[in-house]
Amino acid sequence: MTVQITSPKFKKNARAALKDAQLQRALGKVEAGFIGKRRAVASRLPEFEVLRDLARDIKDHTLAHLDLYLEAYERRVTEEGGTVHWAATAEDARRIILDICKRREAKTVTKGKSMIAEEIGLNDHLVEHGIAPVETDLGEYIIQLRNEAPSHIIAPAIHLNRDQIEADFRRSHADLPAERNLDEPASLMAEARAVLRAKFLAADVGITGANFLIAETGTSVIVTNEGNGDLTQILPKTHIVLASIEKLVPTLEDVTTILRVLARSATGQEMSVYTTFSTGPRRAGDPDGPEEYHVVILDNGRSSMIGGQFREMLRCIRCGACMNHCPVYGAVGGHAYGWVYPGPMGAVLTPSLIGIDKAGHLPNASTFCGRCEEVCPVRIPLPKLMRYWRDREFERHLSPATVRWGLGLWALFARRPWLYRPATRLAMKTLALFGGRRGRMHWLPLAGGWTRHRDFPVPERDTFQAQWKKHRAEEARKKAQAEAEAVEAGKAGEKAT
Amino acid sequence: MSRDLVLGAIRRSLGVSGAEALRRTAIEDRLSRHPRGVVPERGALPPRKRLNLFRDMLAEASGTMQEVASPDEVPAAVAAYLRSKNLPLQIRRGSDPRLEAIPWQNEQALEVSVGRSDGNQLAAVSHAFKAVAETGTLVLTSGPDNPTTLNFLPEHHIVVVDAKDVTGDYETVWDALRKKVGKYFPRTVNWITGASRSADIEQVLLHGAHGPKGLHVIVIGKP
Ligand code: SF4
Repeated sequence: MTVQITSPKFKKNARAALKDAQLQRALGKVEAGFIGKRRAVASRLPEFEVLRDLARDIKDHTLAHLDLYLEAYERRVTEEGGTVHWAATAEDARRIILDICKRREAKTVTKGKSMIAEEIGLNDHLVEHGIAPVETDLGEYIIQLRNEAPSHIIAPAIHLNRDQIEADFRRSHADLPAERNLDEPASLMAEARAVLRAKFLAADVGITGANFLIAETGTSVIVTNEGNGDLTQILPKTHIVLASIEKLVPTLEDVTTILRVLARSATGQEMSVYTTFSTGPRRAGDPDGPEEYHVVILDNGRSSMIGGQFREMLRCIRCGACMNHCPVYGAVGGHAYGWVYPGPMGAVLTPSLIGIDKAGHLPNASTFCGRCEEVCPVRIPLPKLMRYWRDREFERHLSPATVRWGLGLWALFARRPWLYRPATRLAMKTLALFGGRRGRMHWLPLAGGWTRHRDFPVPERDTFQAQWKKHRAEEARKKAQAEAEAVEAGKAGEKAT
Repeated sequence: MSRDLVLGAIRRSLGVSGAEALRRTAIEDRLSRHPRGVVPERGALPPRKRLNLFRDMLAEASGTMQEVASPDEVPAAVAAYLRSKNLPLQIRRGSDPRLEAIPWQNEQALEVSVGRSDGNQLAAVSHAFKAVAETGTLVLTSGPDNPTTLNFLPEHHIVVVDAKDVTGDYETVWDALRKKVGKYFPRTVNWITGASRSADIEQVLLHGAHGPKGLHVIVIGKP
């Protein structure tokens, strides 16, 4: 799937997403799937908050010495018989990977889930050159069949419902009996397992991302629950790791500390099922493992982030907690963000990587409720970084006048945070007047331009945050009522029989 | 050269040349001393309680565990597990000396083959290097006698571990591995916590996505 950038159309995307009933049904499950589980597992570990501090510090220390750690890492990989390739740009990375595949005469390539591969548009590049890439993560496989981009960094197919996936499987696995039963998620998964098993065994090259690169040992680390990344990297003769420069960590102890917060933040697991440390190619006498081991280290704009206001964003370990907890993501899903990285982390990272001119709307896609920062395992101040982008937008005068006006106020509040809540409450009261009889407002200066198309009701003298709380309370009340009614109905049913 | 471009860009951003002695000492020191962070207290337990914690955490990750008194009892335990899953009495194993020392012939109906998996085996037996009670995690290392394919291709994975190798935390395992292999790492170190799973379809949690759908641990000896 080529990375078609649709970030400039964020508002249009968001509007379409809000009207998409299938998507809304799928998004309704995000909260149940992630938030409670993370909370439970985090509160069970007394050291969790300290570990977050340490994870932040490890990343900061590594970034401050990144040139030296990269050199040390490269030395160790080479000593272990692997090869490090440097890619300044996405184009460099695509060329390096294609060259390796060609030299190994690869026809099919299996892939573990890699956001960086999405970022550089690797699949299309391989296809253009006659090589068939096969996504092996179940979610990635599904969206590859649909020729879509992932909508979540750890749950790529979270925007889909079972019946959509069934239709895709029937269409794509046309050689299987038409009358087979695919009613259950389990039967869909079993079918994908069987189809992909054959591809794993046939692949010439396996490409994975890396959650971490360890300087001490020259090791790449992948973290998965399915085991697909492992089959991708141990079965083919060649293993290529594609990783960006900020994946470096100094030592095994450092990666261990970060692993303690990663799965807990991502899926609410104590530890992911498979955490795999790979160092070089197979050793003499090893019965399995790849004969060649390559690491492609990608910059693609990150080195310049190190020097600026956005350095903290490079701490990100791609856990997805910020999007799981984001009301905007929960309302519009990942595709609306228009590029590879959605949610709050995408709102900060995307403008850095593809330019604020293309991604100017994203930093506005926020209610500034602060939940992302509260849950980020490496304590990235996401709202602050989004605000930086908005300031830059302001300076560049790219924003429409209405947004500039709002941002002028923002600067005031940024310097006097204590003023924010009372003042927004006041502003909302004023805005209620603006909305007038139409009963709809088309923009919300303090929450950004994106709300223009969010079909936002005129605030009834409440802030977005206060409304949000109310909305949630209302939802909870409805749910309780529905449950009570169901119980009543059940009782009535019992009486009737 | 992309290498110089990337490193040069990072150095410009950091405002450094790369030759600063203080910075170099800082990283060399960290790499050679590899200081520990905060190690959760959860695993700091006496041996029996530690093993119980391992069992409980493993169970949360959908793995099962049983204890046997000696290696002699392993074949019967393996056969019993296979029967409970309605599997044929066949296993593939590596040639790890500790697995070689198990009297497999005691369980006559059990067919044992040795080597890597080519995807046609339903059940495999591996020997773990260590286990970590903190999260119910097994640590397996690859090598001539420990094929990594056995950990992923079969539908059921049975892992044997010595009770004395069940540690409280991962840091203890790293130290033991450094002691064993020196600077040079095995090609693959696998942390395995439970059975393969996916929630990619409507967030319904299912086991056996690509790896084993069943994980069973046999602990040998007294903790
Ligand atoms: S920004 Fe923080 S919460 Fe979001 S994905 Fe990155 S590490 Fe996770």
